[in-house]
Amino acid sequence: MAKMESSLKNMLLSLTCITLVAAAALAGIYMLTFETIEQQKAEAETQAKLSVLAGDENGTPILVETDGFGGKMKVMVGFAEDGTILGYKILEHSETPGLGDKAGAWFQNADKPGQNIIGRNASKELVVSKDGGDVDAITAATISSRAFLKAINMAYEEFCASKNTVDSIDADSAATVMIAEGAEEDIIVEQAEETEAQK
Amino acid sequence: MNNGLKTFTNGILKENPTFGLVLGMCPTLATTTSAVNGMSMGLATCFVLICSNVVISMLKNVIPDKVRIPAFIVVIATFVTMVQLVMQAYVPTVYATLGLFIPLIVVNCIVLGRAEAFAAKNSVGLSALDGLGMGLGFTLSLTVIGAIRELLGTGNIFGFNLYADNYGMLIFVLAPGAFICLAYVMALVQKLMKK
Repeated sequence: MAKMESSLKNMLLSLTCITLVAAAALAGIYMLTFETIEQQKAEAETQAKLSVLAGDENGTPILVETDGFGGKMKVMVGFAEDGTILGYKILEHSETPGLGDKAGAWFQNADKPGQNIIGRNASKELVVSKDGGDVDAITAATISSRAFLKAINMAYEEFCASKNTVDSIDADSAATVMIAEGAEEDIIVEQAEETEAQK
Repeated sequence: MNNGLKTFTNGILKENPTFGLVLGMCPTLATTTSAVNGMSMGLATCFVLICSNVVISMLKNVIPDKVRIPAFIVVIATFVTMVQLVMQAYVPTVYATLGLFIPLIVVNCIVLGRAEAFAAKNSVGLSALDGLGMGLGFTLSLTVIGAIRELLGTGNIFGFNLYADNYGMLIFVLAPGAFICLAYVMALVQKLMKK
């Protein structure tokens, strides 16, 4: 086949056809992968929630976002009912590889109590030792460390705020659950009693 | 077949995208912080190269000369977006590290360069081989640079620990290390190729 001439009609025709096919192909792939991508995202979040709660069923996972050294830092923190930090997970960050990105493991190193924040109670604000606190910052990454601890402190504030509102809701929902659980039997028993009484 | 073999090895050795043609430096420098990252980026580019080369070679006669660049870019961008969606769905951990660089494959000089220099002039079969050769050459050089940087910087290679990472030279994981490493490997390759 001879090469197409660069006339206006040919150019329009070929570009339109190519972009149409491309759009159709992309729409197809998007539809095929959409569900899996959503599932992955949801799974990643549930995984993160489970891991930061470290098995405590009454714990609360809190997601916070703060500015790190290289950009946004997204941290999920798990709190026990009394505000003890159960665990954390950094979901997104753009810290320097080899320096700030160590935060993922640094602050939960059980062998080094100076830098480990797991098991500490967050009601006492967490501050790096350089700023007069008692948490050892990551070597050569003080800014990332500060940002990370700020995220934890922010998460704690949010945890306290949510606790105050949740407490009242919790009592209600707990009552609802009890009714729901015993409801069927109770109703049957009540009906039986009623019919007994009617007789 | 001889011609095909030559086309295939051309991309890996003589005209290796990184060390021979010195194209696609942005992803080369940015994504080679570890061997796995370099390799993933290389393979993603390889896939796009093969697909775009094949499709462009098939369409070479129906694309008028004056609109060939936009037509090529549409084809390339389509495949890149496909790779992006598929990676996001099936290898989310790799996607999390490379996510930012995947869309940049669209403007990677190698892909458009091969479309223009090879696929637009050769048969579908040869274009596929050229894409495969160039893609593997790119993957190989990115993996080598990634492995060296990972080893010197963190003491790991492909994630396996070889020595305590406290002794790693951090600079090799950072941007300057990329330039240093690339320069030394390129010098070495040039010397070996001259012989």
